[in-house]
Amino acid sequence: MPSDDLSVDELEGVEPEAPPDVPRDAVLSVRNLHVDFPSDDGPVHAVDNVSFDVFENEIVGIVGESGSGKSVTSMAIMGLLPKRAQISGEVYFRGRALRDLPDKQLRRIRGAKIAMVFQDALTALDPVYTVGAQIAEAITVHDRHIGKADVQDRVVELLRLVGIPNPGHRAKEYPHEFSGGMRQRAMIAMSIANEPDVLIADEPTTALDVTIQAQVLEVMERIQERTNSAIILITHDLGVVAGLADRVMVMYAGRAVETGTVDEIFYSPQHPYTLGLLASLPRLDEDSRRVRLHRIKGQPPSLVHVPSGCAFHPRCQFARLPAPCSTEVPALRAIDDLDHVAACHFSEDVVKVRPDDLKTEAS
Amino acid sequence: MPSYVARRLAYSIPVLLIASFLLFAFVRATFDPTARLRASRDPHAIQRERARLGLDKPIVVQYKDWLVKFTHGDWGQSSRTHDRVAPMVRGALWNTIQLIFWGILVSAVVAIAIGIYSAVRQYSLGDYAFTSLSFIGLAMPPFWFGLIAIQFLAAGPRNWFHLTNPPFFFVGLHSVDASGVVDYARHLVLPVLTLTVQIIASWSRYERASMLDAMSGDYVRAARAKGLSSWGVIFKHAFRNALIPLVTVMALDIGLLFGGLVITEQIFSIPGMGKLFIDSLIQGDANVLVVWTVVTAAFVIGFNLLADVAYGALDPRIRYA
Ligand SMILES: Nc1ncnc2c1ncn2[C@@H]1O[C@H](COP(=O)(O)OP(=O)(O)OP(=O)(O)O)[C@@H](O)[C@H]1O
Ligand SMILES: [Mg+2]
Repeated sequence: MPSDDLSVDELEGVEPEAPPDVPRDAVLSVRNLHVDFPSDDGPVHAVDNVSFDVFENEIVGIVGESGSGKSVTSMAIMGLLPKRAQISGEVYFRGRALRDLPDKQLRRIRGAKIAMVFQDALTALDPVYTVGAQIAEAITVHDRHIGKADVQDRVVELLRLVGIPNPGHRAKEYPHEFSGGMRQRAMIAMSIANEPDVLIADEPTTALDVTIQAQVLEVMERIQERTNSAIILITHDLGVVAGLADRVMVMYAGRAVETGTVDEIFYSPQHPYTLGLLASLPRLDEDSRRVRLHRIKGQPPSLVHVPSGCAFHPRCQFARLPAPCSTEVPALRAIDDLDHVAACHFSEDVVKVRPDDLKTEAS
Repeated sequence: MPSYVARRLAYSIPVLLIASFLLFAFVRATFDPTARLRASRDPHAIQRERARLGLDKPIVVQYKDWLVKFTHGDWGQSSRTHDRVAPMVRGALWNTIQLIFWGILVSAVVAIAIGIYSAVRQYSLGDYAFTSLSFIGLAMPPFWFGLIAIQFLAAGPRNWFHLTNPPFFFVGLHSVDASGVVDYARHLVLPVLTLTVQIIASWSRYERASMLDAMSGDYVRAARAKGLSSWGVIFKHAFRNALIPLVTVMALDIGLLFGGLVITEQIFSIPGMGKLFIDSLIQGDANVLVVWTVVTAAFVIGFNLLADVAYGALDPRIRYA
C-alpha cells in the first residue's frame, strides 16, 4: 500500500483554480454537473446541468421525488459513481476542482473533509465487522499514528454523541444486532468521525418511523451546531426540510428547478412543481375531512426520453403549448430576490398562486 | 463455539455408527470372503471357513464383534495380501492426505487469485483469457488431463532434450534413490495439477462472481466514502465478504476432490486411499473395504464440521444455537 503521510492541509497550499463564478467563501460548489448512464434504450440523463453552492454552517436541503437524481448528484460529489457513468461539469471543494484530483489526493478529502451518510444504513454497514471497528476505520484511515486506546475512546464518544445507549458495549456488536434507527445513527457517527467540512446526508431518515426520525434529525442538528460543518440534506420529505434546512434546491428529472431559502420556497414558490408538492402536503391547521389535497397529475418522466423543453410541461397546469414550454428549456432565473431562482417560463404567474388554492373542498 | 464443536462431534458418533453398520452389512452382502473355497472338493470347507470367520452369526452380532475389535485397534487382515489392515490403511491415508492438503491449498490460492483479478479487471483481456481457460479446464476429464500432462510436461521433455530424468516425475510421491523437498515437489506437481484443474476452474468462476457481487455492495461504496484506497476496500471489505459463499462451495466440492483421487492415484501409481479402494474392490477384499468406507466417512464428516466452523467464524450473523 502506498504510504501517504501528506496531510490534507498540505493540499491546501495548492492554488485554488476555481473560475470567477464560484464564490470564494463557498465550501462546496457544483457547476454544470451532467451524469449520464448508458443503457440499452439510450443514455439515462440522471443529472442534467445542476449547479449549486454550499456555504459554511448552513444546511442545504435537496428535495425531489424518487429518481430525480439526488443520490447520483451526491455520488458525483464524492467521486464514487461507477466507471461507466459519463460525467461532465465540476465539483469545487474550497475552490479546488475535485474531479481533476488523482484518486490518492481525493481519498484524503473523502471521509475527512466531505463525508456521507448513505441512504440505506442496513446495507451500507459491512456485516462482517463490528460497528466499533467500522467507525474506528474511518478514523485510522486518515490518521495512521493515532493510538489504539485513543481510537477506542473516540469511537465510544462518537456513539454516545449520536445517542446510542451503552456505547462501550454496543461498539463491540455487529450491524445485524442493531435496530434500524441505531444503524442510521452509527452511520452518522462514522461520517462525523473526522469532523468533516461538508456532510452529505442522503435520506438519513426515510427508512425510520416518525419518532426515531425526529431523534436522528435532532442528532444531526446537534452535530451541526458542534462542528460547524455544512450539511447537504437529501430527502423527499418537505417537512424535514422545513424544520432543518436554511436553503432548498428542488430537483425534477435530474434538473434543479428551483433554489431559494426555506421561507422563499415554502411561502412563495415560483415553480409549478414546487407549488404542486406543497399543495400535496397536509397542514395541521386544516380540517382533513373538508380539504382534499392536491395531486400532481401524470407520472414522473422517463430519464431516457425526457420531455422536450421544460421536463415538467406534460404535468403542468400553467404550461402554454407548444411554445415555449415544450420547445425551450427554461433557464433558472430570478424574478425579485436574486438568490431565489426557478426554471419556469411563467414564474410570474406561478408565484401569484398559493399552495392552498390548489386544494379543493371535499364534497 | 467450543461447546458447539463438542456437540457436533457428539452428534457425529451415532451418524458414524449407523453409516458404518450399513456399510458393513452392504459389504458383507456383496462380497463373499469364502468365494475362493467354492472350487474346493471338501464339501465342508466353506462351512468351516464361515464358522471360523463368524459369518454364520446374525449380521448384527457380526457387526458388534467387528466394532469391538475395530475400536481396540484390531482392524483385521486383508484377504488379498494377508497384511494387517490397520497399517495398510494408515499408509494409504497418509499419502492421500498429502495430495488433499496440497490440492486444496493450490486450488484455493490459485482460484482466489484468478477470481479476484477477473472481478477487479472485469471484461479485460486477462478476464476473458481466464474465462476461456476455465471452460477448457471444466470440460477436461482428469484422466485425460493427467495423460496429456505426463506427455507434455514429463515424458515429452525428457525425450526431446535427452534428459535422464523428466522435469516432473509421474510415478509415486518419492524417488527410490533420492529424497528432499525438490524431489518431493517434482513428484507432486503433476498429480496435484491433475487433481485440481477442474476445481480451480470452477472455484475461480465462483470467486469471480462472488467478488463482483460483494464489490457492488453498498458497504463497499461506503468504505470508499470513508477514504479507503480501492485495494484496501477490495481486500478488507469485498474479499472478506466474498469468502463466505466461497467457503460453502469449497466444503461441498471437497467430495469432488475425493472422487478425483481415485483417478489421479491410479494414473500416477500413488499408493493412497483411491488406489487401495480400486485394488480391494477388484479383488473383493471385504475386510479392507469395510475399514476403508468407515475411515472415509469419518473424514467427510470431519470436513463438513470444519467447513461449518469456518463458516461461522467468517460470518458473525451465524449463531451456534
Ligand atoms: N448505477 C446506475 N446505473 C444506471 N442508472 C442509474 C444508476 N444509479 C442511478 N441511476 C438512475 O439515475 C436516476 C436517478 O437516480 P437517483 O438514485 O439519483 O435517484 P434519487 O433522486 O436518489 O431517488 P430516491 O429518492 O429514490 O433515492 C434513476 O433513474 C436511476 O435509475
Ligand atoms: Mg436516492
